[in-house]
Amino acid sequence: MKRSKIWFALFVSPILLAFTVVVVVPMLIGIYYSFTNWDGIRSGSWVGLSNYIKVLTNDKDFFKSFIFTAKFAATSVVTINLLGFLLALLVTRGLRLSNVLRSVFFMPNLIGGLILGFIWQFIFTNGFNAVGKFLGVEFLQGWLADSTTGFLGLVILMSWQMAGYMMIIYISALENIPESLLEAADIDGANSFHKLIHITIPLVAQAFTVGLFLALSNSFKLFDQNLALTGGGPYNSTQMLALNIYNTAFRFNDFGVAQAKAVLFLIAVAAITLTQIYYSKKREVEM
Amino acid sequence: MMEKKIEKKTVLTRSTNFNMGKKRNKNILLTISILLGLLYLSPFYLVITNSLKTQQGIFLNVMGLPFDKFFKPHNYLEAFKQLDFIKSFINSLVITTSSTVAIIIFSSMASWMLVRTKTKFSSFLFFLFAAAMLIPFQSVMLPLVNIAGKLGLLNPVGLVFMYLGFGSSLSIMLYHGFIKNIPYELEEAATIDGCNTFQIFWHIIFPLLKPITVTVSILNAMWIWNDFLLPQLVINKPQWQTIPLKMFYFFGQYSRRWDLALAGLVISMIPIIVFYFTVQKHIIKGITQGSIK
Repeated sequence: MKRSKIWFALFVSPILLAFTVVVVVPMLIGIYYSFTNWDGIRSGSWVGLSNYIKVLTNDKDFFKSFIFTAKFAATSVVTINLLGFLLALLVTRGLRLSNVLRSVFFMPNLIGGLILGFIWQFIFTNGFNAVGKFLGVEFLQGWLADSTTGFLGLVILMSWQMAGYMMIIYISALENIPESLLEAADIDGANSFHKLIHITIPLVAQAFTVGLFLALSNSFKLFDQNLALTGGGPYNSTQMLALNIYNTAFRFNDFGVAQAKAVLFLIAVAAITLTQIYYSKKREVEM
Repeated sequence: MMEKKIEKKTVLTRSTNFNMGKKRNKNILLTISILLGLLYLSPFYLVITNSLKTQQGIFLNVMGLPFDKFFKPHNYLEAFKQLDFIKSFINSLVITTSSTVAIIIFSSMASWMLVRTKTKFSSFLFFLFAAAMLIPFQSVMLPLVNIAGKLGLLNPVGLVFMYLGFGSSLSIMLYHGFIKNIPYELEEAATIDGCNTFQIFWHIIFPLLKPITVTVSILNAMWIWNDFLLPQLVINKPQWQTIPLKMFYFFGQYSRRWDLALAGLVISMIPIIVFYFTVQKHIIKGITQGSIK
């Protein structure tokens, strides 16, 4: 073997080994397991498509989770990015306190989803309740006890957590807009709204691609916050896909079916994110 | 650089738009921002004030400050003990640090080789690492636990190995993008001087990677520190529990005792908040760079 090949192997193989054992092999074996009646310990026997048929035709909870997850992802992608963009616009105005506010808006992002979920469980059940009683607003009382408030709770929690992250991305895009363009627009008599629509937004299109991608994939794969905030309840009505897969395996010990769901989950995540990237990139170019 | 830009902007607005209308707009915007900031912080206010109250104090008055007979700082002492906080803190610290260091060493080495070796196999490997970014953890977790059990990896060392595998994709992409812009001449000069490949990398290349190394370490450390599901599947023994893991069981045990649960939540947030305020600049830079990929 040539010397350069030996060096190549020495430098690349440690991480390639970890990557193979942890990602590649489980992925391939997982696809195989999804066609068996695997019980989590011994590899089971081949059952063909029956796990998939079970999941797709005879699993109301999975279907419900899918709808809930899709609805949640669609909503939170919009709220997270809208809020993040507005925050970025606010803190790039050269206002006093801008730097302090940036830190404040970003802070929730650092804390783990599990801890945030518990915190908001308290806010929704106790804090909202108190405010609701004080103002006499019935809607604020008894949160997380039904699927609507569970849904809204998750959207609020995720928007609060991730908007600061998006803000950072949008700030760096906004700061790259040449000052001269905005000045030229000023001279031409454009108002703030026109400047935003015709100059700012088209020029930060690339940041929108990133922001939408991150929000979409994070929302779709959400687990920790879901587990800590509602635990999927009441009656699995706020259970998202990741939690459904987890419960199928570890609560109901149905590993073959859980793995079939995991494969479908992969296909859905990959399809959605790739489509989203494709369309956003196309729009970037057109603009 | 950021500060300079802001300065320039304020100077510009002052000189070109010096009229009362703009000034009033600015005040309105400032008021909105401050209100938003307070709204953003209100969950922390609720959690911190209530963590200092008795059960009854929380029940009777959630919004108010803790005082008199409802004031109970003792919650913290008890939560600290129940969480076995020093131990779970050390567990988290050891696992996060060693995983991050492993990721830095091995992903920088691999990325450099992948950039400098122009073969089909090398591009294929890079493509593989990049494509794996799409794979959600839940899609591989069940077979992974199974394989890890057979290989004897269900322990802290195995966990670090797994973080190396899961952290590889993003880290290699970040390093790869950075290394592409380093001129090749530097290495050629070193080769002539008689350095071997290993020396070239550690003495010449790696020091040049410092900015991206900071980014890669922060992105990985934040993710690993907060990660719950992987440790839960891999090292679920009391003596190895990390902070999120310990918090999960603690909360399950005390979910009807908000006084203790809230104190525990505050304690478990402290390390990351302290970390944030010490290296804030790097975190912000890291996020911006990490998102470009």
